[in-house]
Amino acid sequence: MLDIVRSVPIEYYLMYSSILFCIGVFGVLIRRNAIIVLMCIELMLNAVNLLLAAFSTYLGDAQGQIMVFFIMVVAAAEAAVGLGILVMVYRNTKSTDISLLDKLRW
Amino acid sequence: MTLAIFITLAIISVLTALMMVFAKNPVHSVLYLILTFFLIAAQYIMLNAQFLAVVHLIVYAGAIMVLFLFVLMLLNLNQDSEPQKSVSWKFSGAIAAGMLFVTFIGALKGATLQGPEAPDPHVGLVKNLGHALFTDFVVPFEIAGILFLSAMVGAVLVGKRDIKL
Repeated sequence: MLDIVRSVPIEYYLMYSSILFCIGVFGVLIRRNAIIVLMCIELMLNAVNLLLAAFSTYLGDAQGQIMVFFIMVVAAAEAAVGLGILVMVYRNTKSTDISLLDKLRW
Repeated sequence: MTLAIFITLAIISVLTALMMVFAKNPVHSVLYLILTFFLIAAQYIMLNAQFLAVVHLIVYAGAIMVLFLFVLMLLNLNQDSEPQKSVSWKFSGAIAAGMLFVTFIGALKGATLQGPEAPDPHVGLVKNLGHALFTDFVVPFEIAGILFLSAMVGAVLVGKRDIKL
């Protein structure tokens, strides 16, 4: 049996992941640079990944870690396409400020 | 001892994540996020999820963050004077994130896990995960490959200047 399962309660992992996720939400809300917003989304994905891995280890079940693997796959694809769109936006507006992108606002 | 290491790593990673959000220079933000990812990889190692730790380092610190840094350099955004949101907007953002955090804490406080007495410690090793990935999860694995292919095609298509279809 792992030492960490005995000495660290699962509640600590829940708190830790909640804090990281809320920092990600906070960053998405207060930053205007689109690259930083994408990075905050990566941080939120990582918080969830860590919690899935923790539950997987505590339950001795491999499925949680497989799930984390697939989330990483989707995150990599998302970062590639997102940054491609960002370069396109920069080419058209000469800025990565998301406040300028309000053409679809009603 | 393990608890002390866990708490130390957790506090440092929360601090670096906050520095990532508050750093004025985007390049500093990227570097702080890489530091956060290394600390999360250390957490994976403490959970004996060795496969995930290695994949996390390769994919996030090695590939995604290099891509972010590359785009920052390409767009020449390495400067401190980027536009800021107004103070009232920042304040309301802090309140919204704080409310979300309070909700999480209220929902998850006192949570316990009814797991097995002695969970299998070898579940996160490469051998076990590779076996699960190529037997039970082989169809999602192949679909992930198709997703990567479509993402690659999409990124190239989006990045091209003039597309003649």
